[in-house]
Amino acid sequence: MNVRLYVWQRATAAIMAPLVLVHIAVIFYAARRGLSASDVLARTRGSIAWAAFYGLFVAAVSIHAAIGLRNVLHEWSPLTERRAGLCAIGFGLLLAALGIRAVAAVVLP
Amino acid sequence: MHSELSVSLWRGGEHGRYETYGVPQRESQTVLDVVTFVQRHIDPTLSYRFACRVGVCGSCAMTVNGKPRWTCRTHVAKVAHGGRLEIGPLENLPVIKDLATDMRAFFEKWQQAKGVFAPTKSRHEAIMPIRPDTPARIAADAAIECINCGVCYSACDTVRWNADYLGPAALTRAWTLINDERDGGNTARLRAISGSGGCHACHSHQSCQQLCPQSLNPTAAIAGLKRRSAAAYLKGEITA
Repeated sequence: MNVRLYVWQRATAAIMAPLVLVHIAVIFYAARRGLSASDVLARTRGSIAWAAFYGLFVAAVSIHAAIGLRNVLHEWSPLTERRAGLCAIGFGLLLAALGIRAVAAVVLP
Repeated sequence: MHSELSVSLWRGGEHGRYETYGVPQRESQTVLDVVTFVQRHIDPTLSYRFACRVGVCGSCAMTVNGKPRWTCRTHVAKVAHGGRLEIGPLENLPVIKDLATDMRAFFEKWQQAKGVFAPTKSRHEAIMPIRPDTPARIAADAAIECINCGVCYSACDTVRWNADYLGPAALTRAWTLINDERDGGNTARLRAISGSGGCHACHSHQSCQQLCPQSLNPTAAIAGLKRRSAAAYLKGEITA
């Protein structure tokens, strides 16, 4: 890992830390209040704030996990650093696509 | 105390094998004493390195019962459980023969990490006064006693997984020089330790710190390098 990837991985971790706490708090809130799926969707659909919150989460996760996977592949598999990087980019794009799809499902009206 | 130690020594090159010898056990015996006994009394073709025998030169490091150690200062009584010793060459380095490894990669990485002092003054200028109590000097002094033995390099998982990784000793040397206010090579040094085999590859497993015979803390030095190089990158002083 070079300094550029190191900075990106630490920065995305710093972004994710508070987002995870809010995400867990939201889960507790929804469970304690006994909110149904339709109750949750009523709050999230059309919400720019929730779209931004989970959109940022998905972006941070995709970058952070891809950099981590790149390191694992480089150190633990026969792949060269370049090929490990290409695999990691593919994995990051897959995570981003799945994440954006999930966010769109709960925030689009 | 057992009257005789069962000592398995690595014999041959990369594809060698362990051979077992009986060595008389003595008071205050070191692992290097055991190896020397085998060479002088059992098999004179045994190859190994040593020089000072008092923990200064750093040339006698070997793998003793699975862990890299300086053999001249390692007492048999502390490591030979059940009267058995298995002594091999340092790991993560090519074996030349028996207990001697080819340490060129280890020392070349010191050069790659810019572990050479870059002077800012000539011999014709006055000697620069250095206060010993500044944070930078304290950080530089913390690792100045490295004896280049290769124990940390042999103990490091990241070196095992990534052949390009500079290793704990070279990076600790770089950290020492970065904190030396007389040195003028820091930008080139930060660039050298910020590539894919540089300080950011370290997983902070801390085997180097645990096994360093001088009780140095390369993990802390590498953490310092990570902070310093990340700051330099964000300021645009170095590029990835």
